Amino acid sequence: MESSSGSITQFYNCLVLKDHNLVKDYLYVQDGKIIDPAKMFWEEKRTPDVRIDCKGGIVAPGYIDVQINGAFGYDFSNDTDIIEEAVENISKGLLLQGCTAYCPTTVSSRPEVYHKVLPHLGPRKGSIENGAAVLGAHIEGPFISPQKKGAHELATLRTAKNGLSDFDECYGLENLRKYAAYVTMAPEVEGITDTISALIKETGISIASGHSNATTAQADEAFKKGANMITHLFNAMHPFHQRDPGIIGLLGASDSRPFYGIICDGIHVHPHSVMIAYYAHPNGACLVTDAMSAQSLPDGFYKLGEMDVDVHGGHVYIKGTNTIAGSIATLAECVRKFIKFTGASKVEALENATLHPAQMLGISDKKGTLTHGADADILILNQDLDVQRVFIAGVEATSNNVRFKQKL
Amino acid sequence: MRLVIRNDADTVADYIAEYIKERINQFKPTAERPFVIGLPTGSSPIGVYKRLVRLCNEGKLSFKNVVSFNMDEYVGLPRDHPESYHSFMWNHLFKHIDIPPENVNILNGNAEDLQAECERYESKIQSYGGIELFMGGIGPDGHIAFNEPGSSLQSRTRVKTLAYETIIANARFFGGDVSKVPKLALTVGVGTVMDAREVVVIITGANKAIALAKCIEEGVNHMWTVSAIQTHPRSLVVCDDDATLELHVKTVRYFKSIEQVQDEMIGRENLGLYGQVAGPLKYKNIPSGN
Repeated sequence: MESSSGSITQFYNCLVLKDHNLVKDYLYVQDGKIIDPAKMFWEEKRTPDVRIDCKGGIVAPGYIDVQINGAFGYDFSNDTDIIEEAVENISKGLLLQGCTAYCPTTVSSRPEVYHKVLPHLGPRKGSIENGAAVLGAHIEGPFISPQKKGAHELATLRTAKNGLSDFDECYGLENLRKYAAYVTMAPEVEGITDTISALIKETGISIASGHSNATTAQADEAFKKGANMITHLFNAMHPFHQRDPGIIGLLGASDSRPFYGIICDGIHVHPHSVMIAYYAHPNGACLVTDAMSAQSLPDGFYKLGEMDVDVHGGHVYIKGTNTIAGSIATLAECVRKFIKFTGASKVEALENATLHPAQMLGISDKKGTLTHGADADILILNQDLDVQRVFIAGVEATSNNVRFKQKL
Repeated sequence: MRLVIRNDADTVADYIAEYIKERINQFKPTAERPFVIGLPTGSSPIGVYKRLVRLCNEGKLSFKNVVSFNMDEYVGLPRDHPESYHSFMWNHLFKHIDIPPENVNILNGNAEDLQAECERYESKIQSYGGIELFMGGIGPDGHIAFNEPGSSLQSRTRVKTLAYETIIANARFFGGDVSKVPKLALTVGVGTVMDAREVVVIITGANKAIALAKCIEEGVNHMWTVSAIQTHPRSLVVCDDDATLELHVKTVRYFKSIEQVQDEMIGRENLGLYGQVAGPLKYKNIPSGN
């Protein structure tokens, strides 16, 4: 019988998100992991050392944001010279907002940018010292469609007519292997669909379709080859047409369907569109912020990659245009808005920001769940889903023990 | 034997929970002199456990100095199987209260030597000086613990083959599949239960009515193993109205009248836990008349 020594914490007086339900139960944590309390009691003959009163609140896994370009004044694609400082401060700031794990996201950039920043965006454990866990980079572009480039810079876009070597030249395959969680690309761009399988095999990363004008047939082919995600559904893609619903059409497939990111800030996607996606494929929804550097900062002019953007009244536009360029939402806001827009249950909304993104990245044994053995990244929320308390690796994060700065 | 009749299962659970709380608190248990309780599983005690948990959370009861012995456990079912009695006790009682894990005893149905496990259990009970209060429920066939009809009334803790009826009844907990129900169990014997200084039995529901009648109105009989309580010096049966359906009207009225007379003539406040008059016998309302 193994015995353990670390202090055991019990969360009580709470509804625990467990097996797709909110259950009146307890949650037990030891050495940064969620533990099986029956084993603790019967085999180790132990009881909790510390008890935390959740005051009738909801205990949920920490939020996971798989698409965020920046926050607190920092930008992963633009702050290449101070990238470590950016990662540190964003990780800490997000943690205090209840986002305990994320994929730092880069916009389409030149190869030298990738070679410079990717080594700093690789997986990193979540802790009080590190802030939110980094799950590896989400590299958005530059193998995307010029017609659906959104706020990405046209000059950086590329094709992959030479297959793997184009990816190697752009990102460095070794960088993908070590530092990336997934890459967003457009299936119809030359060379992409033919290279997806090899790229996955070679690097182990995941592939999302997005910033794409793909027809449903093209999107489906890419999906069958392994592109099992859609990046910010509805935004920067072929609009829904009855004879060719584009990438969106994958949600109507009768067999397997991809996970999809959706920006539920009330600006990027009409509430009714959120509702349609939810009805079409409730178990595939992953709420993402697609936040940029001005998240949590006052209105003004900021950078997104190397482009100037104008932030006012919750909207972000490329300066002088009406092209929206990322959000300034927090994931906690997106979860609440999802319920408002769809009437979904709290469980569904929470799982869209926890379980589903973890499943999409294949890490749902450790993240996005409160199952035994998972990382003790935990939120205590009130019934309105406002974040009350945040725990990372079993330790409570507060503004006293997690200090970060903003870049103004 | 005392028979207390209440309207329904809820008020039965209220009565027993309150009774156990009082027994433990009046015992004033300490680490050196713990209160040793025998505990059942099954549907009957769930309401009682709920109330004991509530009393514990309200600070009116503590299990810090209580030692528990459970009645039985399936053989060969993993401890963490949702239908194991370890899981049952953990989910309904132990995880909610302050009982120290080392004070909890449940037979290990996965022990290599089952016979030795049973002997160990008996001697562990003895090491605490026996059980102060054994709470039990019964099956529709009048069995207590897994002492199926025909079990010796002198039986001790042992391996027991489950009766076919019990297996069928328990199949509902195993996806309706009779083949998945364990066929063997470890159980305390009727003798083990009867050795407790007090036995409290919960009997609720119309499906237990025949068993109740057999157990208290007919003779001591190994085909209705709970009937052994008839010879116990301190036993209490708490049942609901539905469980009295097969009793004689005379029996029900008699036991109801005991409480009624006590209430009217002595006052509940003057009665001890066992129904004895606390202090000198004083009538509350002396019947007038010439």
